[in-house]
Amino acid sequence: METTLSSAFWALLKRDLMLAYRHRNELLNPLFFFILVVMLFPLGTTPEKQLLMTMAPGVIWVAALLASMLSLDTLFRADYEDGTLEQILLSPHPLPVLVLAKIIGHWLVTGFPMILLAPLLGVFMYLPGEGIVTLMLTLILGTPVLSLVGAIGMALTVGLHRGGMLLSLLVLPLYIPVLIFSANTVGADMADMTIKGQLYFLSAMLVLAITLAPVATAAALRISLE
Amino acid sequence: MGESPSGLSVNSISCTRGYRELFSELNFLLEPGHILRVEGKNGSGKTSLLRILAGLAQPVDGQVLWNGQDIKSPEACYFQNLFYLGHKPGIKYELTPVENLCMARSLFGFARDNGIEDALYQVGLYGFEDIPCAFLSAGQKRRVALAQLLLTRAKLWILDEPYTSLDVVAIAFLEGLFKKHVHNGGSLIITSHQPVEIADCQLRRLALPATQLEEVH
Repeated sequence: METTLSSAFWALLKRDLMLAYRHRNELLNPLFFFILVVMLFPLGTTPEKQLLMTMAPGVIWVAALLASMLSLDTLFRADYEDGTLEQILLSPHPLPVLVLAKIIGHWLVTGFPMILLAPLLGVFMYLPGEGIVTLMLTLILGTPVLSLVGAIGMALTVGLHRGGMLLSLLVLPLYIPVLIFSANTVGADMADMTIKGQLYFLSAMLVLAITLAPVATAAALRISLE
Repeated sequence: MGESPSGLSVNSISCTRGYRELFSELNFLLEPGHILRVEGKNGSGKTSLLRILAGLAQPVDGQVLWNGQDIKSPEACYFQNLFYLGHKPGIKYELTPVENLCMARSLFGFARDNGIEDALYQVGLYGFEDIPCAFLSAGQKRRVALAQLLLTRAKLWILDEPYTSLDVVAIAFLEGLFKKHVHNGGSLIITSHQPVEIADCQLRRLALPATQLEEVH
């Protein structure tokens, strides 16, 4: 049977989703973290409506960013340890495409549920209805960037035994533009200002990340596995 | 170079680990239909050599050619012709043997579409197809990975310690497979601490840190 690139892509995506399903308890950790961090803010500061509303976009986005970083370890670590990552590297198919399948799988089980949880957290933080819609829009554009950029950092540190700290140092500075533009978008929308510019910027970052991150991740994996 | 030699040729490669030189100026040609057994003490660079030959690591110096072309160049079609199995299991313990082999089929493209069940039957995993590999014994896990040998179309097999945790029956089966592969014009590179006795095959030996091959038969 001749194998095609698309069949390899879908098989890898399906495999990663199946593995995620068989480890669903581990999968819930970043999501619980996401909810808990946001829920603790009203307790730690003040339950006052006006203040929480102003803080909401920043708080929810910081929590999303940290939760996404926590979950990066699942992206390549297990595959590295059991040698299946080696097998993926040895496939005759182009590695960036296979890597993209893994990143999409990662986003589907981490970023995507966060988008679905966002309205609930918005209500916790007294975000008005249109604020919640904008928040979800920024998460739709922003969380894939987190997975894509995080994959580069994870690929670089996968060969290290304790790469956790290094990973945050590598990845966090690259996450900051996403954080600034996203939180600003929601804030500007609530102040009845136009948000087109920010959304364009976020979309541009997403396009840039989709095009370049898989190539960079593939190169980083080849270095890490040497 | 005038004519391009068929098979795998290694041109004066060197490899270092840290500040230590494992081997240097290693040269050999492995034609189709030959078996190469790499020997050496622990830490003599057997695995490093195999990883270089599989394109996973870069030699410090020199190059590896497949049918006269660099293994990294797309024209060589090297990775369509390579099956590599390292120390690590190379299978997912959470998945069943069938799921693991289906994944490998999508990555590498096997010769037969419906041979998976048959391959598992032949390696003695009949009745274990749908049990996650985590519940199998070490030897059975190894058999799942080695079942790929029955399915792959690769011309060159590079196997790092394939006999680890296998029983006598499985080793005999594997040797039969090697023989068939070599007689069909395939070649094989293997490391093993156990003696490899494969009757009527062209067997060569490379004892690291030596840099020349020896003919055994």
